[in-house]
Amino acid sequence: MSYTFLQNYWWVLIALLGGLLVALMFVQGANLHLGNRKLNDTQKRMILNATGRKWELTFTTLVTFGGAFFASFPLFYSTSFGGAYWVWVLLLITFVFQAVSYEFQNKKENLLGVKAFRIALMVNGLLAPFLVGTAVGTFFTGSDFTVDKLAIADPSSPVISTWGNGWHGLEALLQYHAVLLGVTLMILAAILGSLFIIQNVDDERCSFWAHGSVKTLSVPFLAFFLCWAVILLLRPGYAVSDAGVVSLEKFKYLHNLLQMPVVLVMLLAGVVLVLLGIWKGGFSQSRKGFWFAAPGTVLVVMSVFFLAGFNGTAYYPSCTDFQSSLTIRNSSSSYFTLKVMSWVSLLIPFVVAYIAYAWHAMDRKKITSDEIEGPGDKY
Amino acid sequence: MDVVIWSRIQFAMTAAYHWLFVPLTLGLAFVMAVMETIYVVKKDDFWKKTAKFWMKLFAVNFAVGIATGIILEFEFGTNWSNYSWFVGDMFGAPLAIEGILAFFMEATFFAVMFFGWEKVSKKFHLASTWLTGIGATISAYWILVANGWMQNPVGTTFNPETVRSEMASATAFWEVISNPVAVSKFFHSVTSGWLTGGIFVVGVSSWYLLRGRQKRFAKSSIIVGGLVGLLGCACVMLSGDSSGVHAAEFQPMKLAAAEGLEDGGRGAAFTIVPGIRVPKMLSFLATHDFNGYVPGINDILRGYTDNDGNVIPSVAEKMQRGRTALDALAAYRSTEDPAAKAAARAVLDANVQYMGYGHLEKPEDVVPPVGIVFWAFRFMVGLGMLLGLVLLLSLFFAWKDRLANMRWLMWAAVICIPLVYICGQCGWIVAEVGRQPWTIQGLLPVNVAISSLSAGAVRTTFFVFLAVFALFLAIEIRIMLGAIRKGPDVEPENA
Repeated sequence: MSYTFLQNYWWVLIALLGGLLVALMFVQGANLHLGNRKLNDTQKRMILNATGRKWELTFTTLVTFGGAFFASFPLFYSTSFGGAYWVWVLLLITFVFQAVSYEFQNKKENLLGVKAFRIALMVNGLLAPFLVGTAVGTFFTGSDFTVDKLAIADPSSPVISTWGNGWHGLEALLQYHAVLLGVTLMILAAILGSLFIIQNVDDERCSFWAHGSVKTLSVPFLAFFLCWAVILLLRPGYAVSDAGVVSLEKFKYLHNLLQMPVVLVMLLAGVVLVLLGIWKGGFSQSRKGFWFAAPGTVLVVMSVFFLAGFNGTAYYPSCTDFQSSLTIRNSSSSYFTLKVMSWVSLLIPFVVAYIAYAWHAMDRKKITSDEIEGPGDKY
Repeated sequence: MDVVIWSRIQFAMTAAYHWLFVPLTLGLAFVMAVMETIYVVKKDDFWKKTAKFWMKLFAVNFAVGIATGIILEFEFGTNWSNYSWFVGDMFGAPLAIEGILAFFMEATFFAVMFFGWEKVSKKFHLASTWLTGIGATISAYWILVANGWMQNPVGTTFNPETVRSEMASATAFWEVISNPVAVSKFFHSVTSGWLTGGIFVVGVSSWYLLRGRQKRFAKSSIIVGGLVGLLGCACVMLSGDSSGVHAAEFQPMKLAAAEGLEDGGRGAAFTIVPGIRVPKMLSFLATHDFNGYVPGINDILRGYTDNDGNVIPSVAEKMQRGRTALDALAAYRSTEDPAAKAAARAVLDANVQYMGYGHLEKPEDVVPPVGIVFWAFRFMVGLGMLLGLVLLLSLFFAWKDRLANMRWLMWAAVICIPLVYICGQCGWIVAEVGRQPWTIQGLLPVNVAISSLSAGAVRTTFFVFLAVFALFLAIEIRIMLGAIRKGPDVEPENA
């Protein structure tokens, strides 16, 4: 196994984890229905318990995504997390509230009341996909940072990666192209969430509203996604030469798409699956839309990561100092680390298998109102 | 206060909060799994209901543990940016493996354990309960591999091309995961979790007995919890002994601080509390030889000869050589001339082992806050022994069915619940404050490990996290107390 192969392999795994993370954000999206006044408390709790059996998977995928990024591309971890500080802290806080809200919301000792924790879940439902989307959006717009490895020998300012402004990531909110991706992801999460409710919750009213929301959200989703995609294909990108020199190239991402036909096929297949899912959920009575849209999402997100990093592209560009931009080559771990972790990664299919088995075992019976009103364990 | 201090305070606070929830998760998981196993074997519904009661408390605690844990992981990047690059090559791997191998196991089977009673078979459910605990334990292993490496950085070399410590070879990873410091830390931490779980179960059950409630439930729980706790206590002591030996070998300053030992020597005495000393005992504990040499704080500052005859230079000399290494690194990276590069490389290689010292301002910077470490160590050991004794007595009298007459013992068990938390926190204070100023022992001091942030930014997030955690802790305690007051669903009250 060559070093280059291992670096590429880990970029594929990061892309896969990123794809799974976005697809699993159906949890966030579904929780937005907790604000629907047309649903009674039992129905809201049915939704809460449907996502409540899955939220830890999303959460764990986020943690593993972070851990894997740290392990395979540590310069991204040190540059982006330490630099775009407020974006990541904000994301963390919404997830931290999510982690306790399921357990706390329905307990009378929770100090803040049922509503507060459900609102926390909804805030997480909006902000988590939005922030992740905007952060990934900066993979294409670039950020304001410099990397100087020699700084560590300078006692007066030893930090290698420094952010160029005091906003520490919040300035991405002014990058309309990054924000477009954030909004797209937010709407996509909501659609996936509704499709999950249709698939998982046995209640006519919940399904009615979920079907309706898929239908309503389909138009803005397509509009935002197409806008983002068209701008992406038209914008200049950060190309890396074989010698590692970064420069702007016109239509870089369009070139990437055309020069990597596999990615083009993945992207198109993903988009078709997502659209099929939306069709089944919004415009037919099928309950199976989720099983089209979720894998479709994984494919689309993976192809976005491939466009950002492969074919001689800097995946985390610095618009302040092009040569500080992070590439798969200059930001990765050493050969031995990637190799050891690649061996460990062979266990991933086993992990996926037991998750699938447990998922299947737990979902054979859909969530019903009897279960919520009965004596068993629930949130 | 500057950004270094605020970053440290924030990380310390997050870690301390996290460790309020983790040990109970590790311990209760084991207690519940044993109880559910008894249920499956004996087919007695009483044990199912008993296990379910403890699971309810487990679930509340688990959620807050997860919430604080994710912040810790991300803080390595957000607040310790230089650290993340400098050692990410080694340090990231255990975190990634922890996610892949342990967290998914915990997350998947926790959901089955909690919601699956009516959905999956009895045996699948039992397996899920065990796997939740095993997942938590595996996760502890990987994070302690990472922590153990910070205390004793084996298996890596500095690469001036990338300016970081890198995995030295394909086999180096085995050195990292079998690092003796990591292994004894793992046993010490996990079994201290069993001790915590045991004390919690015995304490809560004793409270029921004091109130004359839930007698069968309480007695059964005391026996299972007491056994798990005692087993934990015994393992904590054994692994604590090897932790002491490792500190002497790899982190002599930590040991000197924990002992308040200014000037060491051969046949060093152990201070129980100031004024009461056991001759030669420290030498024995640290080196397993009554006449072994243990360096004191001043010896380390001045330089000394260790038990294997190695001459350890003074801190001032290490700092000098560290600066030489840093200058050589700068020279190496700023020239393209092959001869000059080779010369700089030679100087760098000769001094690189002390490069971390080049970042220090004065020799005394290597001395951690002695008072805190000294007293934390004494509270940890003293409380640990007290907890073991209370467990032993509770278990014995519960077994003999004579606990009902010993109200003082039951009260003692209740009081032990906060004490076991203080004990665990003290342990981590010894481990982490004791190794200051190093994030990585000898390689990277805290002042160069940071992110380029303003002190104000970190101060703001510190207070936000503090408020959030305080709120969560208050709610968790209220919910737990509520659930305990309500009691398990096993028998009619007053039975």
